[in-house]
Amino acid sequence: MSESLDLHLALAETELENPVLPYLRQDRIPHIWCPGCGIGTSVNCFCRALTDSGLDLDKVAIVSGIGCTGRTAGYLNLDSFHTTHGRAIPFATGLKLGNPDLNVVVYSGDGDLFAIGGNHFFHAARRNMDILVICVNNFTYGMTGGQVAPTTPVGPTQTTMPLGNFESPFNLPFIADACGATYVSRWTVYHVRQLAKAMKEALNKKGFRFIEVMSPCPTLYSRRNRLGDGVDQVKYYKENSVIKNGADTKDIGLGYQGEIVVGKFVDRERATWLESMNDHFSKVLGDQFKPYGGKPEGV
Amino acid sequence: MKADPKGVLTGVHFIDGDHAACEGALAAGCRFVAGYPITPSTEIVERFAARIPKVGGVFIQMEDELAASIAIQGGVWAGHKVMNVTSGPGLSLMMEHLGYACMTETPSVWVDVQRGGPSTGLPTLPAQADMMQIKWGSHGDYEIIALSPNSPQECFDLMIKAFNLSEEYRCPVFLMMDEVVGHMTERVEIPAADQIEVTERKWTKKKPKDYKAYETTPEDLVPEMIKAGDGYRVHVTGLTHDERGYPKMDVPTQAQLVTRLLDKIRKNADKLVDVRMDGCEGADVIVVSFGITSRVATAAIETARAQGLKVGHLRLIICWPFPVKLIQDLAKTVKAFVVPELNMGQMVLEVRKAVEGKVKVISVPHPGGTVHEPETILEQIVEAAR
Repeated sequence: MSESLDLHLALAETELENPVLPYLRQDRIPHIWCPGCGIGTSVNCFCRALTDSGLDLDKVAIVSGIGCTGRTAGYLNLDSFHTTHGRAIPFATGLKLGNPDLNVVVYSGDGDLFAIGGNHFFHAARRNMDILVICVNNFTYGMTGGQVAPTTPVGPTQTTMPLGNFESPFNLPFIADACGATYVSRWTVYHVRQLAKAMKEALNKKGFRFIEVMSPCPTLYSRRNRLGDGVDQVKYYKENSVIKNGADTKDIGLGYQGEIVVGKFVDRERATWLESMNDHFSKVLGDQFKPYGGKPEGV
Repeated sequence: MKADPKGVLTGVHFIDGDHAACEGALAAGCRFVAGYPITPSTEIVERFAARIPKVGGVFIQMEDELAASIAIQGGVWAGHKVMNVTSGPGLSLMMEHLGYACMTETPSVWVDVQRGGPSTGLPTLPAQADMMQIKWGSHGDYEIIALSPNSPQECFDLMIKAFNLSEEYRCPVFLMMDEVVGHMTERVEIPAADQIEVTERKWTKKKPKDYKAYETTPEDLVPEMIKAGDGYRVHVTGLTHDERGYPKMDVPTQAQLVTRLLDKIRKNADKLVDVRMDGCEGADVIVVSFGITSRVATAAIETARAQGLKVGHLRLIICWPFPVKLIQDLAKTVKAFVVPELNMGQMVLEVRKAVEGKVKVISVPHPGGTVHEPETILEQIVEAAR
């Protein structure tokens, strides 16, 4: 039994129980994440957001792809789906349309959502599929050992860019904005209060919602590039972040160890895919159409 | 239980196999399809898109086959019966999600309207060359069930059977059509809803605290199912998992899980035999066929019989699992098997494997693009009877 598990169990026995514990599958702890990794911090924020959201947790489902962040679904005590690499969004699309009563959250990494899964992100945002997508961006492929990602800034070394990355990275909020997301924000794992608040706000909003969470990968990104450990990265986030709510998303791309613009950039109303479908068919078909909204009939 | 009348278009219709397949799905209770167009399967999803607003349900056209084949699985875990529709190149893209459906035991019907391949091949022309791909195309060991219709009527009938089997075994069930069957227009009779038997999902009656997502017994290898939103807080993963559904990547868990996934089909292989036999008793030669090729084979067999040859016809309705024991029994009395198929020799390998060299097995291959000439099959029957 690991030390962290002992500590965890000891904490669980005290009366001052960690408020996020009920949200975790405690029989799955310890988790796989490295010391200094920010994914756990983001999950902590998400649990707090769930508490504050007032949602019926039996109706919240979480869907992940593959990768370090992709393991999130398995640790949360919700209906949880660990799907295939890059395909969390289309699975979530099926889940949401299959039962529109569900509040469906996709929780995955930058490689999963924007490299192999990029196409699905664009189309789900274009359709305004009613899901919340949380992307933990650690600028690298952690699970496979630190390969270049579509978010890796120009400069740092990765195992498949051994002489330093020369490819331009994506600006994730700009993509989400351009594709039609109703809510777009970016925070780092230093900004725990703001991040939890943003998650709560996004959980209670309709449409395709996107939150980028900057997170250290000390094992395969920071240390390899002599940027220190997790704490050093969080210090960098603290010292270099600028809150610019409403900033134009085209101006907030991330450079290598440069300024980080955080905040809420987009918050708008747009009919969701299902609202559009119901509205359109009601107009065209009149009484022949019964708006679709509940769970499958007869079940 | 009986079919929901809302999805049943009772009456006599003159429609093609693609349209009949769609009606079969609606009759079976399918109310959610995420599709992606590909010739020659497109008419199935086109009809579904047109019919579903009035029946009650959802159709969405996804951005690609990768998305379609996983979005339907999301629909299953929301509680729906679903159908995945494609053809060759699309099927190739869907292979990873075939494995996911097997691993997570997600009941689903997969329709492959086969066209000539490899690659883009012959988009508008027939083949039966995906028979091995569905069996072996996704990585790892798995089992599926596959049915092969030879007419629009069977596209309807076997579609319902495919849905029922997918619920019974919680595995992907394939309806292996081909371009000719898909685009052939014939009489299709759709019975009244109360004449159509549909299998309900194997919903658990357990309370959430007593429920384990992948718990089974030695007598029943198919776990009970739930749907998201009902308070069971289930975890579903493509990783090797224990009976709680939690990832557990060790040798015993892998052995237990993979063995059960295979055994739930393999141990029921006898129950799953579905063939049409004509004149096999006392035959010297038996033609083993499936799908559209069975209709050409029938013509060849009739001519051979007119010439005085004792020829039987064994048509596979269920191709996977392959009816090994049946072939072995027949091998005791016949001189030879003749296996015509619209590929360069796929199911013939299964016949050869079953007979273990005891009798002659003659392949009648065809690269696809059209059906066999009956004479080509006849020549091999005559050769086999010598």
